[in-house]
Amino acid sequence: MSKSALLKSSLAKKYWMALTGLFLCTFLVGHLLGNLQLAFDAGEDGRKAFNEYAYFMAHNPMIKILSYLTYISILFHTIDGILLTIKNKKSRPIGYAKNNANANSSSSSRNMALLGSLILIFIVTHMANFWYKAKISSESFPLHIIKIDVKDQMGQSQNIDLYHTKTSPIPKTDDIVVKNKTELYDKMANVKIAEGYKDLHSLVFAFFGQDKSKYGFPKNEQALFYTLFYVLSMCVLCFHLWHGFASAFQTVGVNHSSYNTIIKSTGKLFAILIPLGFAIIPLMIFLNQI
Amino acid sequence: MKLTLKIWRQKGPEEKGKIVTYPIDNIDGDMSFLEMMDVLNVELVKKGESPVAFDHDCREGICGSCSMYIDGEAHGPDRGVTTCQLHMRKFKDGDTIYIEPWRAKAFPIIKDLVVDRSSFDRIMNAGGYISVNTSGNTIDANATPIPKEDADKAFEAATCIGCGACVASCKNASAMLFVSAKVSQLALLPQGQVEAKDRVLKMVEAMDEEGFGNCTNTGACEVECPKGISLENIARMNREYLKAMVKK
Amino acid sequence: MPILNSKIPEGSIDKKWSNHKSKIRLVNPANKRLIDVIVVGSGLAGGAASASLAELGYNVKTFCFQDSPRRAHSIAAQGGINAAKNYQGDGDSVYRLFYDTIKGGDYRSREANVHRLAEVSANIIDQCVAQGVPFAREYGGLLDNRSFGGVLVSRTFYAKGQTGQQLLLGAYSAMSRQIGKGKIKMYSRHEMLDLVIVDGKARGIIARNLVTGEIQKHSAHAVVLGSGGYGNVFFLSTNAMGSNVTAAWKTHIKGAFFSNPCFTQIHPTCIPVSGDHQSKLTLMSESLRNDGRIWVPKNMEDVLAIREGKLKPTEISAENRDYYLERRYPSFGNLVPRDVASRAAKERCDAGYGVNKTGEAVYLDFASAIERYGKEKAQVLNIDNPSEEEILSLGRKVIETKYGNLFQMYYKIVDDDPYYTPMQIYPAVHYTMGGLWVDYNLMSTIPGCFVAGEANFSDHGANRLGASALMQGLADGYFVLPYTIGDYLADDIRTGPISTDLPEFEKTANEVSENISKLMNIKGSKPVDYFHKRLGKVMWNNVGMARNAEGLNAAIDEIKIIREEFYDDVRIPGDANELNPELEKALRVADLIDLGQLMAIDALNRSESCGGHFREESQTEEGEALRDDENFTYVSAWEYTGDPSKPNHHKEDLVYENIKLVQRSYK
Repeated sequence: MSKSALLKSSLAKKYWMALTGLFLCTFLVGHLLGNLQLAFDAGEDGRKAFNEYAYFMAHNPMIKILSYLTYISILFHTIDGILLTIKNKKSRPIGYAKNNANANSSSSSRNMALLGSLILIFIVTHMANFWYKAKISSESFPLHIIKIDVKDQMGQSQNIDLYHTKTSPIPKTDDIVVKNKTELYDKMANVKIAEGYKDLHSLVFAFFGQDKSKYGFPKNEQALFYTLFYVLSMCVLCFHLWHGFASAFQTVGVNHSSYNTIIKSTGKLFAILIPLGFAIIPLMIFLNQI
Repeated sequence: MKLTLKIWRQKGPEEKGKIVTYPIDNIDGDMSFLEMMDVLNVELVKKGESPVAFDHDCREGICGSCSMYIDGEAHGPDRGVTTCQLHMRKFKDGDTIYIEPWRAKAFPIIKDLVVDRSSFDRIMNAGGYISVNTSGNTIDANATPIPKEDADKAFEAATCIGCGACVASCKNASAMLFVSAKVSQLALLPQGQVEAKDRVLKMVEAMDEEGFGNCTNTGACEVECPKGISLENIARMNREYLKAMVKK
Repeated sequence: MPILNSKIPEGSIDKKWSNHKSKIRLVNPANKRLIDVIVVGSGLAGGAASASLAELGYNVKTFCFQDSPRRAHSIAAQGGINAAKNYQGDGDSVYRLFYDTIKGGDYRSREANVHRLAEVSANIIDQCVAQGVPFAREYGGLLDNRSFGGVLVSRTFYAKGQTGQQLLLGAYSAMSRQIGKGKIKMYSRHEMLDLVIVDGKARGIIARNLVTGEIQKHSAHAVVLGSGGYGNVFFLSTNAMGSNVTAAWKTHIKGAFFSNPCFTQIHPTCIPVSGDHQSKLTLMSESLRNDGRIWVPKNMEDVLAIREGKLKPTEISAENRDYYLERRYPSFGNLVPRDVASRAAKERCDAGYGVNKTGEAVYLDFASAIERYGKEKAQVLNIDNPSEEEILSLGRKVIETKYGNLFQMYYKIVDDDPYYTPMQIYPAVHYTMGGLWVDYNLMSTIPGCFVAGEANFSDHGANRLGASALMQGLADGYFVLPYTIGDYLADDIRTGPISTDLPEFEKTANEVSENISKLMNIKGSKPVDYFHKRLGKVMWNNVGMARNAEGLNAAIDEIKIIREEFYDDVRIPGDANELNPELEKALRVADLIDLGQLMAIDALNRSESCGGHFREESQTEEGEALRDDENFTYVSAWEYTGDPSKPNHHKEDLVYENIKLVQRSYK
């Protein structure tokens, strides 16, 4: 019984929803903490720090496992949610002519599927704009370039581009070629001499309206639209979490008069703070360009 | 009081139903909602029309027969009451009131406002009991002391009247409040713990088979339950099921 | 003419049941599988009997008109269930429960049956606890008890104000288990409309499927009726809307004697009638009398001022209140038996002291209890010099834990908060002690037809004590019937299945169908309720709390007229082959009319006062009921003759070997 119950029974489906949901909550915390540095324009240092952070995130094996878990969770949460919604819709084939649902439940609790779908659309857009471009797209991705002014012997100021690498900066010259997106090779010797960083920081900043063409990221002309889209999506996330956080605890059986207030208020705080944090990033970037 | 009633009329299980409007006059605030329905039915009979069929019996809020979705809420706008205890003083002169049957796949309509709730019985048949024979040759009732707190909680869960308001008000037509009330009652008592695992697995399985939806924790059931059965019971059932699944 | 043989076993009273059990014949388990039993009704008696019989191995078919067996009206019992456990160590014993029940019943019940009831009472509690019935407990984890009217010990087990519900759900769960096992076949939304007799034995029933209207034939080797009481003959009663006498009445027509139909219990603490629209009355548990004090104003001017809304009951000082129960019955006070309390309320209201607009209400006041509990609680909580308000609020909390659901129910119905103002109550019909005559084995005068619970007459005499109905229903169903039915069925192990093709089934089914089409074809002008209300009014006025020969004769004539008009002018809309609640009502009311007549005839015959039956011609100088043991120490058993107004009268003499008959006194 237990095997099929694990997947088929209504309660087991709920457990999966709750557990994947709670895991995704922890993901949200991590994702926000890392990316919150984007909200504050700390110039070159900030750019450096962020791209190094991004490199770390992309290469640490632990993080890799976690990221796969995240993908699976999103997938499971989505599929399970769809299955449950279909079953739930089937459970009431004919609705009421008059239904005063606001008298007994919050609208966010009743619209988790809708909110979830909107979040899914957001996730797809978000990943297409960042994750796909940075990781999958076959086009070469601009690397982190440090632009410095050097006075030559003539006292003339000269722009020099350097690759920011894990070791020491390497001048961007024709002798250096980029392979596998980030590996810097000596063209003549065909030897890898350093590892560059993807310039994700500029990608983000350009996406939300700042002109980073000097780093290979021209200003996104639709930045206003995307900024609004992101902020609205975070509102949606807020409503989803508003119900989802505490709901997950209830589903796994944590409901006790001594903890309920804590769980509920934590859930509400979480539902406000996390999406707010995320929404600040595009907003700040967008506003800073004006 | 003068009212306009919009009532779901459906001749039989397979027939198509529709909302029919009935004006009604001379309604007293001290009447119960069902007494108001009686007045309507007497008028309909006098006119030679077929009276509105609805389930009712004890008319004191305990048998769980009455089942009307009144103005968008199970048992109407008042809290902690069944339809038979809802009084017309909760409405105003000139109000339009929608009266519909419980809506759920697992509660098919028999006629008008009467639905078939035998799915609840089948869930109980699957395990809503303690397997003790009825000979009376058991241990003395006071042989096993039960902490008052547990006994009281079990009692609160046991006050469920099986009316189905939880299913009717749940957007998913889920029966989890009903099932969890019985699971909780028996799980909280030492007598019930012996077969607790088997019970919760069987009852949930039966519940799923009947075509009830799933709980999404909206909490509507708890608000609309005339007996105030707590969501805590659903959490307890979730725990019990998890325990049973792991150990089975 | 059959002679009534109560088949009371030999021996001393405390040995009768155990001797009987060890002597009666049993059916071996393999043979039980070959025997079918029909149970009509799924309340405490029917439900418990179904579960027990199925458990023993019989094939049980259970019928109820509700949509689920869990909704039988036993569910509405509030206060509790008696059992001679003596957990409180206050001197209770089987004998005392036996004695209290006989005395409470005003010496009109059968000693042997009552003693058996008292004996098995303790087992009921064990059984129910094992089933998971959540009785109230004390902090030490042991079962709590409360005290009830008419007794001097605390022997009542309870689950807040929902004891009936909890016990019924216990029986229902026992049934569910057997339904799940396939040992009980449950027929919900089915109503028994007649009994089928083959070769002089009850062999089946004709039932109507209330959803499709189909007339069905069901056979069995024995039929058990647990179909409840007939209080709905009064139209307004605390019974459920569907409670009816049809199963019992049809069985009566088929030859079962009907006993003591006039013994009706009027419960003193119900919510008063509020208007003509009223469809039923709501009981407030008798347990409220543990803490509530009943009174009316002493002065007529206060009564009038209250009725006009110029005065509030809380504004009347203690010396201007008439706590009439405490005044008349100082030793039992507010805890006198139900019949006494009811008549006392009627006496005050008849004298003009009723406190609501209709003049039919008295106060049930919790103010002193709230204050008393508040002070106790304050002491427990070590609050020094608590303010008046503190005391009252603590007291209200105590009251809430005891009676919360009842107070809430009252508030919802009346829209008046009983924590702050006294409740208004008035007596209402609640229970019927009369019923089909049964012998010690619970078998009626029709072989193979057993009757349990409120539907039989046997245990409560002329008045039932509080918290005894649940006890009797479960005792009959769990512990008595499963034994005694075996004795009868032992003859049937070779009978084989009873065919429903027998001509007797055909004939009875046709009669039922014809009766239905007769009613459907009257096509008169008045709805069923019109006749039911008229019948109820006659019954309440003439066969209610106080009766006299003149009124009873008038009632008999009046009911005849109602009957004629009913069959001439009732209007049943719709079709017989569908869910048709009006038809269901018509079938039930038709039988209630005939029963009403029999009740009046029985009341006329019994010209003494006893228990709930108060004949104005037979009272003491102080207005108390006056029994006539010389002439009426018997059970009336009425035989149907074909004309409901001319039944044959039989008597079962009551022999008291263990208890001396004395005039009841609660002073």
